[in-house]
Amino acid sequence: MEINKPSKAGTMESNDIYVMLMPNPKGGIEINLQSIVMKQFGEEIEKVILDTFKELQVENVIVNAQDKGALNYTIKARIETATKRAAE
Amino acid sequence: MKRLRRTMLFMPGNNPGMLQSAGILGADSIILDLEDAVSLTEKDSARILVREAIKNLDYSNVELVVRVNPITTEFALKDIDVIARVKPDALMIPKATEEELKTIDEMLINIEKEEGFDAGSIKLIPIVETAYGLQNVYNIIKSCDRIVAVLLGGEDLTSDLGIKRTKEGEEIFYARNQVAIACRTMKVDSIDTPFTDTNDFEGLEKDTRKAKSLGFTGKAAISPKHIDTIHSVFAPSFDEIKHAERVLTAMEEAEKEGKGVFSLDGKMIDAPIINRAKNTVELAKLLSLT
Repeated sequence: MEINKPSKAGTMESNDIYVMLMPNPKGGIEINLQSIVMKQFGEEIEKVILDTFKELQVENVIVNAQDKGALNYTIKARIETATKRAAE
Repeated sequence: MKRLRRTMLFMPGNNPGMLQSAGILGADSIILDLEDAVSLTEKDSARILVREAIKNLDYSNVELVVRVNPITTEFALKDIDVIARVKPDALMIPKATEEELKTIDEMLINIEKEEGFDAGSIKLIPIVETAYGLQNVYNIIKSCDRIVAVLLGGEDLTSDLGIKRTKEGEEIFYARNQVAIACRTMKVDSIDTPFTDTNDFEGLEKDTRKAKSLGFTGKAAISPKHIDTIHSVFAPSFDEIKHAERVLTAMEEAEKEGKGVFSLDGKMIDAPIINRAKNTVELAKLLSLT
């Protein structure tokens, strides 16, 4: 999927993650993550984001994400929603 | 074994925290809501979140129901197509009509075939919440074999009727009777409309007792705080269980003696009383009260 325009999904409530996607003119996937559990789960969250993009065949995107303790299923769902919104 | 539906708890479909706790709050059924609890701009987001929640969270100890959007909206077909493929126990259909349920049944037949699910394994729970639906409740239940229960939606119904909704609920007395009797006739569960004051437990108990006295088998809830009160109303009392057990014991003795009719405590016991006793004992066993 192509990221054609900026999009967002999720909320800043606890257990959720707020993600904003933008086209990446330089190419590739750039992740800027802030999380309340960065030390413990930062790498895992980035992995879930990357795996979801891989599944959706997204290769060029900038992601700004603010995590409030989301479980993997929520991270995946919010990334998918934002991607589909950006691809419209 | 018969599935209990004393409480059906609504949970907003776009709230990850609530989706995570939904299965452990004690309700017999949970309804992950894609309709009223989700704003128009977040329908896509909630649909995907609920799909992922069903795929990844453990809801095995509750009946898992997803309320989709009304079929007249642009969201319904996507809701059904996405959610049915992760196999919830049932879909709840707002403002359902006989014709719409037949259409949904056909969709589910195809999805079940494509996904390799047993035919008819995804059940349907229509909400009767319009005057048209209320007058057609028998046909709604008869529309397909997937219908396992009907929920009476008091708020939308009174809005459709152009009448005021009150806490006492006199204005839905006829509707409650109509739904409860139709469900009993067709042998499906009847679920009463939720009590919307989350802090009035006395009012909740009164409202639940009223619904039970009219034949409802369960009640929807919009707050987990309501679950215990509703369960206590729908559970048989100690005296009711003991009496039912004595009726069944007396029945067995009468059968041994070849008596068709018998009496207990000076009162004649006949088929309706025996059936009620059997239902009470069965429910008590399900609730581990015996």
